[in-house]
Amino acid sequence: MTTEQMTGQEGRTIYRRPLLLSNPTSYCPGCGHGIVHRLVAEVLEELEIGGKTILVGSVGCSVFAYDFLALDSVESPHGRAAAVATGVKRYKPDKVVFTYQGDGDLAAIGTAEIIHAAARGERFTTIFVNNGIYGMTGGQMAPTTLPGQRTTSSPRGRDVETQGYPLPVTEMLSLLPGVQYAARVSVGDAGLVGKAKQAIKRAFEVQLENRGFSIVEVLSTCPVGWGMTPTDAMTRLRGAVMDAYPVGTFVDRPRRIAPNLPQPGASHRSITEGF
Amino acid sequence: MTVVDRPATARPRIVASPPGTGGVAHPLDRVLMKGNEAIAEAAVAAGCDAYFGYPITPQAELLEWMARRMPEEGRVFVQAESELAAINMALGAAAAGARVLVSSSSPGMSLMAEAMSYMAGSQLPVVVVNVQRGGPGLGSIGAAQGDYFQATKGHGHGDYRVPVLAPSSIAEAIDLVRDSFILAERYRTPVILLADGILGQAMEPVAPTFRTLEKSTPDWTLDGAENRTPRVVKSLHLRPEDLEQHDLELQAVYAEIEATEQRWAGEQLDEAEVVLVAYGTAARVARTAVERLRDEGIKAGLFRPITLWPFPSQPLREVATGAKAVMAVEMSAGQMVEDVRLAIEGAVPVFHHGRTGGMVPSPDGVVDAVKQAIGMRGEARR
Repeated sequence: MTTEQMTGQEGRTIYRRPLLLSNPTSYCPGCGHGIVHRLVAEVLEELEIGGKTILVGSVGCSVFAYDFLALDSVESPHGRAAAVATGVKRYKPDKVVFTYQGDGDLAAIGTAEIIHAAARGERFTTIFVNNGIYGMTGGQMAPTTLPGQRTTSSPRGRDVETQGYPLPVTEMLSLLPGVQYAARVSVGDAGLVGKAKQAIKRAFEVQLENRGFSIVEVLSTCPVGWGMTPTDAMTRLRGAVMDAYPVGTFVDRPRRIAPNLPQPGASHRSITEGF
Repeated sequence: MTVVDRPATARPRIVASPPGTGGVAHPLDRVLMKGNEAIAEAAVAAGCDAYFGYPITPQAELLEWMARRMPEEGRVFVQAESELAAINMALGAAAAGARVLVSSSSPGMSLMAEAMSYMAGSQLPVVVVNVQRGGPGLGSIGAAQGDYFQATKGHGHGDYRVPVLAPSSIAEAIDLVRDSFILAERYRTPVILLADGILGQAMEPVAPTFRTLEKSTPDWTLDGAENRTPRVVKSLHLRPEDLEQHDLELQAVYAEIEATEQRWAGEQLDEAEVVLVAYGTAARVARTAVERLRDEGIKAGLFRPITLWPFPSQPLREVATGAKAVMAVEMSAGQMVEDVRLAIEGAVPVFHHGRTGGMVPSPDGVVDAVKQAIGMRGEARR
C-alpha cells in the first residue's frame, strides 16, 4: 500500500535514503556509525562525487563499512588507513579518497600514520568516529576513554595515574600546517547531526580544492560498550563526552580559521638564558 | 682471488634454466652500476608507477635513486615515516592499480610482515626488495642471508606464500626486477627480490639498457565505481566457510607457481660428486670453491636456486643423484639447507657451511668443508 492509498493524500518525501547507502547496517541499536555512514553517503551524493570516491576502510566496528556504502573500497590493516589512503591518493590524485576510522584504530595503533599523513598534507579526508572505547573487541579502554570511565580493561575506571589521559588527536593535528580542515562534531541530537553533516561536507570540499589534509572527528556512542541504553548513551554523549571533547571547527585554512601556532622563541626561555 | 660474476653465456658447461624462464645474457663491458641503483633503475624502466621506502642501510641508495628518478618521470615517490607506513602505502597504490616497488633491509622487512600478509590475502601485486643485513635484532649492516626463513616461509601470519627471487649478480638483479613485476601481476601476489648487502653495495658492469614492461588494465583495481558495481579489495572473510574457500583459491595459485615458475642455474654438474647449493652472494663464493676443488681433482659442481620459493627441489634431487655429498653454502647459520634436505630426501648426505652476522664464507673455507664432508683431510682454513 502506498502512502497515498494510506492517507488519501499525495505523498511527500520526508526522508530519502541515499543510494550510496546500499545495505542496512548491522550496527548495534543506538550506535552512531549508522548515522555517520548516512551523512557521508548524503554528502558524496550532494557533491556528486560518489562515482569517483574510494573508501579506505579500517579495523573495528566499521570494518564492514564497504558492505554498507556502495563505493570502491580497500581494506587496511589495523591503524594503517592513513598510509593506505596516501598510496591510493598519490597514484590517483583525481579521485576522492577518504578513510573511515574509529578511535582505537586512529588514536592508538594508527597514531604515527595519521600524524605523518597530516604533516605531509596528504590530500585525502579522514572521518574519525570517536566513541571512546574499543567496541568490536568487547569494550576495552581506548586512548580516548574519559578519566574514571569503566571499561572491561579499566574495571575500576580509567586511572590517569597509571593509564594516562585522553588523547585529543584533532587538537594535536590542528597544529600542523598540512591540515587544511579539522573539526569535531557530534551525533548527540538532530541539530548536532546537521552540523556534523556540514563539517563532513566541508572536509570533502577542501579535498576537492586540492588543498591538503582534512579531518572530521565525530563524537559517537557505544551503548553496549558503555553499558547503557541507547537513550542514556546519547545523554552521556551530550554531557560528559562533549564536555571533555569540545565540538567546533579547529582549522579551516581556506577560510582563515586556524589556531595561533606557538612561535619559536615567543614563549620559551632561550638556552642562553640558562634553565 | 677476486670473485667476478660472469654472464651466463660466458659460463662454461652451463646448465640452463627451463626454457622461457629467463637467465642472464648481458655482455660484460658496459656501464658500472651499484646494485641498489641498478635495481632501482630497472624498476623505473619496467614501468614502476610508485615507490615507497624508508632509509635503512644497506639499501639507502635505492631509496635515494628513486627520490630523484621517480619525480623526473612524473611518478609517485614517498619517503614514509616507517617501513610499516611504506608497505601500507604500497598496499593502497597497488589496490588503485599501480605497479609498486618497496625496498628495505632485514629489520625493516620484519616491520613489513603485517602488510605482506594482508597483500597476499587481498591478492595485491607488489615487488619488495630485501637487501639483507646481519641479524637477529639490529644485528649488523654487513651482508647476510639470515632472512631466508623469513622470505620463504615467514613474514606475516596465515596460510600464504610469496615467490622469492634471488639474484647472484647485479646484471641478474636487473633482469629479476622485471621478472618480479611479471610474476607479481600474473599471479596477483607480492614478490620478494632477495638480495644482500654486498649485491646492494657492490658495483658491477651491467648493460646500459633496461627492459620495459607492458601494463594491462585489470578488472579489480579501484578508481571509483562510476557506472559499475563497486569493487572491494580485502582479505577479510568472516565466515570460516568463505575464508577456507578463499584460502583454497590462493593455494591453487601457489600450486601453479610451484609447477611452472621454478628457476635455477647449474654449473659443472655433469657427474659431479659434490654438489654445492648456494644463492646470491654465497653462490659467487661457491663458484670459486668449485673451481678450486676441480683444480684439486674433486669433481664439484654448483646448483644455484634463482627462485627460493618455489624451491627447485626436483631439479636439485636429479642433479644430486649419484653424488657423494651435497653442501649448502650460506651466509647464515643454516636455513636454505633445510629445503635442500627436503629436496634430497635422504638420498645423499647433506651438509651445511655458513658464516653469519655479516661475515662471508671464503672459498677456501668451503673447500675445506667439502673435503671434510667427503672424508678427505681438510686444512682448517677460513
